[in-house]
Amino acid sequence: MRRDILQALNVERAARRAAILVTDVADGTQRLVREGEIAADSLAEPLARHLAAGRSGLIAVEGRQTFLTVQVPPVRLVVIGAVHISQALAPMAEALDLAVTVIDPRTAFASPERFPGIDLVAQWPDAAFSDTVPPLDAYCALAALTHDPKIDDPALAAALEAGCFYVGALGSRKTHAARVVRLTEAGFSPERIGRIRAPIGLPISAATPAEIAVAILAEIVAVRRQGPPS
Amino acid sequence: MLSTDTDILTAAESWRRDGRAVALATVIETWGSAPRPVGSHLVVDGDGNFLGSVSGGCVEGAVVTESLEAIADGRPRVIEFGVADETAWRVGLSCGGRIRVLIERID
Repeated sequence: MRRDILQALNVERAARRAAILVTDVADGTQRLVREGEIAADSLAEPLARHLAAGRSGLIAVEGRQTFLTVQVPPVRLVVIGAVHISQALAPMAEALDLAVTVIDPRTAFASPERFPGIDLVAQWPDAAFSDTVPPLDAYCALAALTHDPKIDDPALAAALEAGCFYVGALGSRKTHAARVVRLTEAGFSPERIGRIRAPIGLPISAATPAEIAVAILAEIVAVRRQGPPS
Repeated sequence: MLSTDTDILTAAESWRRDGRAVALATVIETWGSAPRPVGSHLVVDGDGNFLGSVSGGCVEGAVVTESLEAIADGRPRVIEFGVADETAWRVGLSCGGRIRVLIERID
């Protein structure tokens, strides 16, 4: 591998941009395709497919074995609400190598005693995103878990605007219907609002906080690995 | 699960910048229950120091040896390993897996 290609790959990663290293397995020749260059590339279709799934792998290009090293930025999970479910969710998410941040302006909830070792931000979501927490992007998942529209809604709006790959919100269908009305009034299109997964999590009849955390994480993995439903 | 082998490639670049000879090993194909997914990296320097993992510990020794040869002759190579031998069993790795590893020098 040429050193300049390795450097370019690391530059993309540091900037939280995806890139794919294309290697001819037989002779070792390589080129780097940045996220923004995929659409115009001769291998656009397989590159886009591997990027969407976040998976490296072999493909055949004119009969030659070609390896795609897919580099996507580390996935972050932003949890709104330092609630009971979050206490189960945060350590499980870290076990999946997600970089977790829990945001809750209520200091009684957002206490280090309740979240040992977890990145915890005791600010309103809006303030947090413009201050302590790195901006949301397409490699972020956001789970809004407070049940309080004052806290959840601004975070959901920010996640939709940033194009987070996963946006989930806790609450019954009735709660969500009210949320849809509020977001519509705030100017969000039905398509964008439709990206919110509510009720949050895969339907596994989860009952306890830990089970709900499993349902949420399974849904995040499914969306990340399978891509959006077609 | 979702993160890439971030630190490995950063280490490869910084080792090379420090003037060390460096090779990069990448899992390019797996069959059966291989312990490390496709895309996993191991970086090796000219003294045999390494970082990362391509098999969870089972074939790293052989990969390091091949990497030193790649550093010496500059030719990329693909090596296939069965991760099903007695050593693998003893260290508790999943049996029946096989992996193919691409090893290349960082020039």
